[in-house]
Amino acid sequence: MPKDGGIGASTKRREDVRFLTGKGRYTDDINLQNQTYAWFVRSDIAHGTIQNIDTSDAESMDGVVKIFTSKDFEAAGGIPCGWQVTDRFGQPMQEPKHPILAEGKVRHVGDPIAVVVAETLEQARDAAEAIDIDIDELEPVLDMKAAIQDGATKVHDDLTSNLCYDWGFVEENREAVDEAIKNAHHVTTLELVNNRLCANPMEPRVAVADYSQANDEYTLYTTSQNPHVIRLLMGAFVLSIPEHKLRVVAPDVGGGFGSKIYHYAEEAFVTHASKIVGRPVKWTSTRSEAFISDAHGRDHVTKIELAMDENHKFTAVRTDTYANMGAYLSTFAPSIPTWLHGTLMAGNYTTPLVYVNVKAVFTNTVPVDAYRGAGRPEATFQLERVVDKAAREIGMDPAELRRLNFIKPDQFPYDTPVAVTYDTGNYHATLDKGLEMVDYANFDARVAESKARGKLRGLGLAHFIEACGIAPSNLVGQLGARAGLYESATVRVNATGSISVMTGSHSHGQGHETSFAQVVAEMIGIDASQVDIVHGDTSKTPMGMGTYGSRSIAVGGSAMVRATEKIINKAKKIAAHLMEASEGDIELKDGQFTVAGTDKSVAWGDVTLAAYVPHNYPLEEIEPGLEETAFYDPSNFTYPSGAYICEVEVDPDTGKVDVLGFIAADDFGNVINPMIVEGQVHGGVAQGIGQAMLENTVFDENGQLLSGSFMDYAMPRASDMPMFDVDHSCQTPCTHNPLGVKGCGEAGAIGSPPAVVNAVIDALQRGGYDVDHIDMPVSPSRVWEAMNK
Amino acid sequence: MSDKMHLKMTVNGKQEDLLVEPRELLIYVLREKLNLTGPHVGCETTHCGACTVELNGKSVKSCTVLAAQAQGAEVTTVEGLSTPDDLHVLQKAFREHHGLQCGFCTPGMITRAHRLLQENPNPTEEEVRFGIAGNLCRCTGYQNIVKSILAAAAEMNAAKEAAE
Repeated sequence: MPKDGGIGASTKRREDVRFLTGKGRYTDDINLQNQTYAWFVRSDIAHGTIQNIDTSDAESMDGVVKIFTSKDFEAAGGIPCGWQVTDRFGQPMQEPKHPILAEGKVRHVGDPIAVVVAETLEQARDAAEAIDIDIDELEPVLDMKAAIQDGATKVHDDLTSNLCYDWGFVEENREAVDEAIKNAHHVTTLELVNNRLCANPMEPRVAVADYSQANDEYTLYTTSQNPHVIRLLMGAFVLSIPEHKLRVVAPDVGGGFGSKIYHYAEEAFVTHASKIVGRPVKWTSTRSEAFISDAHGRDHVTKIELAMDENHKFTAVRTDTYANMGAYLSTFAPSIPTWLHGTLMAGNYTTPLVYVNVKAVFTNTVPVDAYRGAGRPEATFQLERVVDKAAREIGMDPAELRRLNFIKPDQFPYDTPVAVTYDTGNYHATLDKGLEMVDYANFDARVAESKARGKLRGLGLAHFIEACGIAPSNLVGQLGARAGLYESATVRVNATGSISVMTGSHSHGQGHETSFAQVVAEMIGIDASQVDIVHGDTSKTPMGMGTYGSRSIAVGGSAMVRATEKIINKAKKIAAHLMEASEGDIELKDGQFTVAGTDKSVAWGDVTLAAYVPHNYPLEEIEPGLEETAFYDPSNFTYPSGAYICEVEVDPDTGKVDVLGFIAADDFGNVINPMIVEGQVHGGVAQGIGQAMLENTVFDENGQLLSGSFMDYAMPRASDMPMFDVDHSCQTPCTHNPLGVKGCGEAGAIGSPPAVVNAVIDALQRGGYDVDHIDMPVSPSRVWEAMNK
Repeated sequence: MSDKMHLKMTVNGKQEDLLVEPRELLIYVLREKLNLTGPHVGCETTHCGACTVELNGKSVKSCTVLAAQAQGAEVTTVEGLSTPDDLHVLQKAFREHHGLQCGFCTPGMITRAHRLLQENPNPTEEEVRFGIAGNLCRCTGYQNIVKSILAAAAEMNAAKEAAE
């Protein structure tokens, strides 16, 4: 029977009522007294030298408070990058300055040049149109391979080239991998593009800042996945505001998917400007602005080789990737194609030798950073595509080739050749579960049925692994992170027994207010309605690193468990005192403290009241009160895995692909709230199918963004999606965190793109077409052209 | 800038008298002047549906309707669907079936679904998917939204039958 509360129950979400009734409080719903409005004037060319910015006409227009250019930010630092990658020669990456407003040059369409602050938004927009900007156009740098040739035009004049870094991993294996590929029985090679995407959370970014002269304090309301990270980066590196004078609030946030991790220029702008103009300043992104100012995702050009022996065992993988950084380094950009990508290139397999080369390149395009999955979808896509291609080349069932090379359940913990150690997994179980769900045995009959209707049916399989629960701080420190990646929680028990949990994680759709409360309630044995989850405000929560990388329950949840354990330990001491018993004999169950072997008991509420009204209390041993904080730093990543299977039908006349069904059989370890977990997978799969079939970010030869609106960028709609069939019954709990959880937020976006493309290739090959790869999105025109080449 | 105009409309059953600029959009009047922040601005080009409201019995994207076009009109936003004591059947169904995550598209999605079920009280899954195709959601993959709307339709039909 499903539980109706606590861990493992599909508890309905408490946050829903405010969203359903229009009472959510998103940043754009915040209007401060006497606030002004900012409008950004952005470059409409990709690369050029600013000759002159004439604001004289605009300055005198109605309602204009002040017009800002880079001159107003001479004392400020640039937008910092949070990760320094060391290249394969031991040198640090090239790191250009990222100014708040363009200094001398513009480097991508959307690069901010000037900002009008005015009494109303309309007045700010009107004045912005009167600003005259004279730019000498330069040749735009767009093609990554051409960009790193000798003599190429440079995006940044002060760097030696457009190459950010040339990274090799594992560098010592480079020659051994070459040798293994040379001597292999069979080598499968695949060249592919992982298409550039826009995260497009439905809520565009917004920032509202308020400077108080009375106490020299700043408050920034912003659409962020990690308000403390913004406070640290902006306060310490950009505006030199000490943290105790800067409060950052991320209230209800309408989705993030990675794009709201980063510290953006607009946040620093409104914060600084609010002091200069002496009034609150509000900026709300339009969707058009979002397309040219939110960090993009993916954009890799890759060649992968997979070597196998005569028994079809994988012997080596080599992959060469060009990763687009865009014009500047966004907060975590350098880590995505390296440590979040290279470390996953063993996949689910026992491949003993892996070498990953990544050349990160600056171009005159919007900066690229993490988007749901971040590096791991890129790893999974190439690996699961090349394994599929290999199976077809050697005439073997793709499922069987995977099974043959899987790490076996008794091999865990498993040291991969790419630095990480998988703690648990059972890939055979998830694969078998997925194949059972899709009725693999009867697929041929379905192919025949489609054929009778003139359609080509195909089935695509992918089996992913990801590293989540980011991340052990000492490890990522060695790898170049300029941050720790622990998480925090304060559990504040009130006198009458209700609880407020202040978590450093941030919920922007994941339902933490519900699932986190389930955990604490179960640990103590009280009703979840007695537990409130507080998040998203640096003045309320302890220093937290926020939500991304499927880390909330695995790292933030673990911190909360540790803090709750401290609470329980202290409460047991109080209970022991109240019952005149030995602390070691005290048990806590269903909100009652009992003395083992006796009928003595005190209720949770009696103990909490005693903590705050300590009349009968062991004051000589413990302090009054019941509030504890824990910081949890994970000892390893978590490794969710799963089988993703897609069934498609291709119309041979038009190349149109219909997704008929989609199956996800995941191993997330233990699951706190199955309803929420399944919802996370649905959303991830939709984004993965979106990447595979619809979405693409396209720049023209001048660096103009052609896909800069929802008219041009094909977001998945309800009518594009099938019903998904998701399962998480195969559970190998994580061995190193207290909840045994692995995280579920990104799985769908990681596992689904190769499943879709493998299915399309399967359909075409079964239909007799000699097509072994189509780049994403597999649009009707691309499929038709591949069929008719 | 042109002179302000007098706008009278009924919003969620309440008569509103306002002074607006002719270029002002309905969504901004609702959000900024009437403090109805349920409908959201997600794109300003009619493509995402976060701003969906009902205007004289039709679903409209209020980000591309001039406030002036609502002269004399009946407007319903998500705030007008529930009562202080109870949620609308659709709102309950969305909660029951986890038809929302971040909540940003939800007011528009619910408002659209509300009208859809009046246009077609007994839709198929496919009709629901096409019926809400003008409303984007980035979180849910639509699966639980579709389930929520189908469940609400079933419940509303059962209630109607019971009443007859």
